[in-house]
Amino acid sequence: MNRRTLLSNFGYGLGNMALADLMHAADAPNPLAPKKPHHAAKAKSVIFLFMEGGPSQMDLFDPKPALAKHDGKPLPAEFTKDLKLAFTKPNAAALASPRVFKPCGQSGVVISDYLPGLQSVADDICVVRSMHTEAINHHPGQLLLFSGSIQTGRPTSGAWVTYGLGSESKNLPGFVVLSSGSGTSGGASNFSSGFLPSTYQGTIFRNSGDPILYLSNPDGVSRDSQRASLDTIKELNEEHLAMHGDPEIAARIQSYELAFRMQMSAPELLDFSNESKETLDMYGLNDTASKQFGTNCLLARRLVERGVRYVMLMDASWDTHTELNKKLKAKCDQTDKGSSALVKDLKRLGLLDSTLVIWGGEFGRTPICEIRNTRDPENAGRDHHPTGYSMWLAGGGVKGGMTYGETDELGFNITRDKVHVHDLQATMLHCLGLDHLKLTFRHLGRDFRLTDIGGNIVKPILKG
Amino acid sequence: MRTPHLLLLIGVSAAAQDFTRDVQPIFKRRCIACHGAGMQTNGLRLDDGASILRGGYSGSAVVAGKAAESILLKRLTSSEKGFMMPPTGARLTAEELAVISMWINSGAAVPASTIASTTRRASNHWAFQPVARPAAKSLDEIVRARLATEKLTPSPEADRYTLIRRLKLDLLGLPPSPEEVTAFVEDKSPNAWERLIDKFLASPHYGERWARPWLDLARYADSDGYEKDQVRPHAWRYRHWVINALNDDMPFDRFTLEQIAGDLLPGSTVEQKVATGFHRNVLVNREAGVDRAEARFEQLINRTNTVATTWLGLTAGCAQCHDHKYDPFSQKDYYQLLAFFNEADDVNIDAPLAGEMGPYLKALPAYRAETEKLLTEYKIPELQARWETKMRDAYANPGRDAEFDFWITSMSASVDHAMRLLHKKDRTQREGDIVTNYFTSNPGPEFNRDKEVTAKLKELREKLTKLNSGFPALTQAYTIGVHQDHPTTHIAIRGDHRSPGIAVTPGAPPVLPPMQGDTSRLSFAKWLVAPDNPLTARVTVNRAWQEFFGRGIVKTSEDFGATGDKPSHPELLDWLASEFMANRWSMKALHKTIVMSATYKQTSRYRAEVAAVDPENALLARQSRLRIPAENIRDSVLFISQTLSPEIGGKSVMPYLPKGVGELGYGGTKWRETMGRDAYRRGVYIHHQRTTPYPLLVNFDAPDSSVSCARRRSSNTPLQALNLLNDPLFVEAANALAVRTAAEADAPGARIDRMFQLTLGRPPRATEKEKLSKYLDAQSRDPQVWTGLARILFNLDEFVNRE
Repeated sequence: MNRRTLLSNFGYGLGNMALADLMHAADAPNPLAPKKPHHAAKAKSVIFLFMEGGPSQMDLFDPKPALAKHDGKPLPAEFTKDLKLAFTKPNAAALASPRVFKPCGQSGVVISDYLPGLQSVADDICVVRSMHTEAINHHPGQLLLFSGSIQTGRPTSGAWVTYGLGSESKNLPGFVVLSSGSGTSGGASNFSSGFLPSTYQGTIFRNSGDPILYLSNPDGVSRDSQRASLDTIKELNEEHLAMHGDPEIAARIQSYELAFRMQMSAPELLDFSNESKETLDMYGLNDTASKQFGTNCLLARRLVERGVRYVMLMDASWDTHTELNKKLKAKCDQTDKGSSALVKDLKRLGLLDSTLVIWGGEFGRTPICEIRNTRDPENAGRDHHPTGYSMWLAGGGVKGGMTYGETDELGFNITRDKVHVHDLQATMLHCLGLDHLKLTFRHLGRDFRLTDIGGNIVKPILKG
Repeated sequence: MRTPHLLLLIGVSAAAQDFTRDVQPIFKRRCIACHGAGMQTNGLRLDDGASILRGGYSGSAVVAGKAAESILLKRLTSSEKGFMMPPTGARLTAEELAVISMWINSGAAVPASTIASTTRRASNHWAFQPVARPAAKSLDEIVRARLATEKLTPSPEADRYTLIRRLKLDLLGLPPSPEEVTAFVEDKSPNAWERLIDKFLASPHYGERWARPWLDLARYADSDGYEKDQVRPHAWRYRHWVINALNDDMPFDRFTLEQIAGDLLPGSTVEQKVATGFHRNVLVNREAGVDRAEARFEQLINRTNTVATTWLGLTAGCAQCHDHKYDPFSQKDYYQLLAFFNEADDVNIDAPLAGEMGPYLKALPAYRAETEKLLTEYKIPELQARWETKMRDAYANPGRDAEFDFWITSMSASVDHAMRLLHKKDRTQREGDIVTNYFTSNPGPEFNRDKEVTAKLKELREKLTKLNSGFPALTQAYTIGVHQDHPTTHIAIRGDHRSPGIAVTPGAPPVLPPMQGDTSRLSFAKWLVAPDNPLTARVTVNRAWQEFFGRGIVKTSEDFGATGDKPSHPELLDWLASEFMANRWSMKALHKTIVMSATYKQTSRYRAEVAAVDPENALLARQSRLRIPAENIRDSVLFISQTLSPEIGGKSVMPYLPKGVGELGYGGTKWRETMGRDAYRRGVYIHHQRTTPYPLLVNFDAPDSSVSCARRRSSNTPLQALNLLNDPLFVEAANALAVRTAAEADAPGARIDRMFQLTLGRPPRATEKEKLSKYLDAQSRDPQVWTGLARILFNLDEFVNRE
């Protein structure tokens, strides 16, 4: 709002209000204005590719050839004595992986044949094989991954990041959520602002209809007529502001202007006509299986280009309790093109260094077999596994072509360089220039943080 | 770990060690900063002999005669981070360790004289002191005296248009009609204001308005939460109780007793049991593979924290893992509080509303006979018996049959007390129905592969569904009762239920006056509302104040502890609290006292000179401008457009929800759109599906109902603008308002006046009317121009705020 027009619009009502107060009112702070980080940052944005349900690490990133000799037989008790699983009993048989792994790129990062796209960007990603979490069920696991606690009601990482850094975008929300596949276990709790102001909650971009709920004008309301309505609303609100002088009124005037800018800029965001055919194909938009996730990956890049701080892609479901081989293949076919194209494309555009990409689920899957139909060997699947699973990161100050951490020969437990979910969160914040110990919010008499009472930065995976 | 016997080599005398002379000085030097009179980390006190032998929350620290088995020595000699003691600084010397080791090995004797009393704790914190009634005669007197000390003057009374809109929105959550406004503006009688208050307090919409903040505290929702997020078809029965109780002005002490322990009241009624549904609003994780012990523990934590927030204004949650850092509230106190709820169990009961029983009893014999006939026809008794045997067998032999193992896990997650029911011989009708229903819907591996049986079961289910749909079943309620197994409560070390510490019995926090009578939940409820409890009345009046002024006298209405804000007017808080108790805990009387005051009636006009001294308007030199709560924004547009369904209480409704919202939750949308009149019920009745909440409620700051919420935030976002501008609800209401005003006023000028009156409760100023006319002229070719005008009015800042 232009102060001069604001003032000239006042026919009366200034009363004893000082000019300075009105200026102050008109400048009501925008909670999403960019804020300075705690320290110099490599990453400006985050794209979290959330593979909901728990991808199978020993079929994708962490080969366990030793499982072959136990295949179909219960494992020695030394491996399974402390095992606590969601469905499977510890005496269940081992399940070897039929996947073919190979060292890829210059760096030799080992990736499964189910992920040919990712194999081609091996030198740009860092595979962490030593992730661990406490939760063995989906929703608690997702809460821990995103909010740092298995208790409900805490803010999620996207909310923390926009709270800490604001957003560079003036026309789009700072924290955007995209989804593909079925619904997730966590639903809205994965992108909630918890006890932070709701300004910081994730805004869902929908797959059909309006990309943002209620973005379009109602039927029969043209752009001009919407603008005319907004102008009248603004004039009346300004008169009200002049009468009352409450800065909250100025803030509402601003939020209506931002809403209008969102309406205007969203179509441009969604318009892929200036993307080349090669780009669209690279993201898998030419293929039914990969189109939905690929579209979201391309949107994620476009959002980051436009200054959006945190983009979360949720892809459900990787929860392969049964028919592992078939279902995992389907998930990989749907997502491999999109995720690998995203890394390539960000790199091509010079955005990879300033964008941290994180790929993974709330936990991994067991080396032992879960079978719900004993007469059909193809029914075999894997249960939830929290004590050693894989994720990968790329860009944003993370080293490429690296494999970090190790699990034991059967993949039950971590033998080197454990990375807890809180460590991942601390590292993500660090890349963004935020100190996870300092990014706090006082609630119920306590300074809460994303990493709860834990969190160590995983320095070996960071560029110097 | 270094082994203690090695220490003998280094020359400590093998003579018996004397506690006072040899051992105590070591503890004094190295331990009592954290384990002494001031602080007892993890419940352990080392400055006192008896306490040492009793140990801390993990149990006994010392096994007399066996140093090697004593936790005390294990920790002192460990080098494992997180376990070793002291946690930082130099290790104990070998000589010190030898002394302690020998003292334990020789019997760990302590002299009686060092035993100190460790019972009641004292605190100087203001909130724990008794409520003291100040001499002041009115709340205005206290507010004005405080303003005077800051050399501030109060604001004048607001005009009557503002007053009636403020009052009706605050008491009923609805805007006034133009007729109500005119009547009040023209009412010259001296008690016009009081009569208006009394009229609104008597309206049944009062309960709907005031249920909302209470339901926020009770974290009310219509679904379980977590992955499965199953719908709770009878959750509304508790909300129904709350609305009725508020409309009946049930005294708050009674309101408390019934919700905390209605099941334990002598001769308790169905309604009193329904009230305990407060505790059932907690989330339930029915994910098939859920860790049941962990899930129940999380529920108990949630229940304990909710009760502490709601009645005591205490952030007890901190003490789940350790002694409270700032308040005199130990981890043991926390688990003593939790024990009240650990000793309770979930019970579902029939809770029919008036008029349900007759048709039910009439239809019951035929319904039962028909059901039995169907079950027999489809051989369910035999099939189910076979299945049950397999299930019990699998339960007794885990790991033998992977397929049945899965069904055991799955049934346990989705049916409360599944294994207890499965093993029970004499099931009640209700219990038998639960098992049979589960079996017919989930026949499991035994029959899944039998195509014929599967087809038959499907046929049966269809017939049963049809039969059920015509049967006038009774409304049920989710309540609590005494737990049959009488579980013992243990302190969870570091808040982890997998590390149980010592056992505790139910009890009230010792920093507060003692509980009377036994240690039942009912005694606890009585303790909460005992006249000498310094917290409950203060916390309750403070939240009421917050609803009328946007800010509590204690701003942190959820935290009256040391980390919370201090009261802006301590005297006022006590004046209101004592007045509240003296008026037999009447909430309506409390509300009337507040809205009768001159402080409440002030204009909300912003004053820069006041804002400079008091930016948050804590001192109330003016009224506050308050954003209308999410539900009441909906209620207002429906009311104004005359589309609101005025029905009070009853089931939740699912108004239109755009496609793609409900689908984000696990297993697809659970939204079954309500059609007809019920789609236009008030916001408080909107079905709250925890994982996919209703967008209007989310956008306008309604809490997510996972934890107790004592105050809503008030945000101001572009999504709110889009919601008000483009949500079909508001467009439809704008349309209805255009139709309404067209019928009520003819000439354009009169029609603007009417529409403005209806939405904002006052006539437009000339300048405002001019702006609206300008819009009308410019858009005159648009046939929907009056809808457009209504839409503008619904989007004004003044409309979504109350002055």
